[in-house]
Amino acid sequence: MERPVTLNINGRSHTVQVEPRALLVHVLRDTLNLTGTHVGCDTSQCGACTVLVDGQAVKSCTTLAVQAEGTRITTIEGLARGDTLHPLQMAFWEKHGLQCGFCTPGMILTAVDFLAQNPDPTDDEIRHAIEGNLCRCTGYQNIVAAIKSAAATLRAGNAGAAA
Amino acid sequence: MIPTSFDYVRAGSVREALGLLALGDGTKVIAGGHSLLPMMRFRLVQAPKLVDISRLEELRGVQEYKKGLRIGATTTYAELARHPLVRERCPVIAEVAADIADIQVRNRGTIGGSLAHADPASDMPAVMMALDAEFQLRSKKGGRRTARAREFFKGAFVTDMTEEELFTDILVPGMGRNAAVYVSFDSAASGYALAGVCASIGRKRATISDISVAVTGVAEVVFLAGALERMKDTKCDAAVLAAAAKEAVAGLEIAGDVHAPSSYRRHIAEVAIIRAVERAYQRAGA
Ligand SMILES: Cc1cc2nc3c(=O)[nH]c(=O)nc-3n(C[C@H](O)[C@H](O)[C@H](O)COP(=O)(O)OP(=O)(O)OC[C@H]3O[C@@H](n4cnc5c(N)ncnc54)[C@H](O)[C@@H]3O)c2cc1C
Ligand code: FES
Ligand code: FES
Repeated sequence: MERPVTLNINGRSHTVQVEPRALLVHVLRDTLNLTGTHVGCDTSQCGACTVLVDGQAVKSCTTLAVQAEGTRITTIEGLARGDTLHPLQMAFWEKHGLQCGFCTPGMILTAVDFLAQNPDPTDDEIRHAIEGNLCRCTGYQNIVAAIKSAAATLRAGNAGAAA
Repeated sequence: MIPTSFDYVRAGSVREALGLLALGDGTKVIAGGHSLLPMMRFRLVQAPKLVDISRLEELRGVQEYKKGLRIGATTTYAELARHPLVRERCPVIAEVAADIADIQVRNRGTIGGSLAHADPASDMPAVMMALDAEFQLRSKKGGRRTARAREFFKGAFVTDMTEEELFTDILVPGMGRNAAVYVSFDSAASGYALAGVCASIGRKRATISDISVAVTGVAEVVFLAGALERMKDTKCDAAVLAAAAKEAVAGLEIAGDVHAPSSYRRHIAEVAIIRAVERAYQRAGA
């Protein structure tokens, strides 16, 4: 049975009619037309569907929309500030961290959560952090470089803000 | 695929959740949903109703309990991995939590969910067995009871719990003189353990005074490897250890699959036992 569910997505509140079995990823893509969140597998493994729920990276294909009620959801569409890209988006662009781009939204949102926990990671730590995000194009090297570069930008930004 | 239809209730209290489970109509608990939803999506599991316990503060968090820990069932792996009390009192739990799956799964998956689910390749059951933890369970009709981890896991996805019971807390005894280490060989595809071993060892100088070794991923169910008890009163002699590790897995029925044939699983189980015991021995002496 469908029921109204209110979701806070990228700072805006949306009330949608969904069945309890509706997966968050399907509501984002099919009901709200936020197609930046991708579906790459049926087994909770690829991470293409990753979004932030209260700042934490979560696989939206393994979350019910009803479970997300009352949380703050961020999708890739909500990361930039107006025309200013998020430092991770800039870094993926500058370091060629993508080819087809299918994995990119999930990679970036996972990296947002990771860098909040670990602002100055080693390459090895970055590789572990993206264990739950599969990329079939890049060979990961440039993704690691992009996350490392964004970490430096974010640290500089925070130091600037603190000064 | 998407699951078959079900009704969903977010429990406002443990009492409410227990009341719903007591109806005995097939209602299932959902915590992190990271074992349940994948199975429901494959339609290996169907339920008429899910009761969501993930926001019940009563079931979450870590506290001191005697010299050990009380861990709420819905505490996530991410919370365990960075919890100062867990890292101080029982570092092996934080280490294992930090290494399960990936960031996204650790943000949602709960320790109680993993133990209640009892996947024969999951990691935490072996840790709980080696540390001789106790599980607190609660139901509307039966009230509260405590089950020993060592008697809890009955088979693949089968535990001592009834469908009306809620898993509320884990009690981990103080480590005392013991130190514990977990070693696993994971399937490259799924990340689950092909063989995972937790060894908890106490030492008096160079001599082993206490040893418990639990093995997951290899057999139908996680088990305590009794053969390793012969390491007691030894100085962790390599030849004795190799023989005990061999004996621990010798009689087991080990099924092979696409990830690893039976002979390979048996071999890596032995290697994991040896490494876990050696490292726990070193850590206990440090
Ligand atoms: C991609 C991926 C990789 C994974 N890799 C690993 C791995 O390497 N090692 C590993 O150990 N695990 C792994 N897991 C499993 C993960 O650890 C699960 O999240 C965890 O096992 C279940 O916790 P949950 O809170 O998500 O439980 P849920 O999925 O919500 O519930 C699981 C089962 O337990 C029951 N249940 C849950 N909580 C309670 C409770 N408090 N009382 C009574 N019953 C309850 C539910 O009814 C259900 O039957 C992986 C999962 C995924 C998706
Ligand atoms: S679509 Fe969610 S993990 Fe692959
Ligand atoms: S860029 Fe194509 S999947 Fe990663």
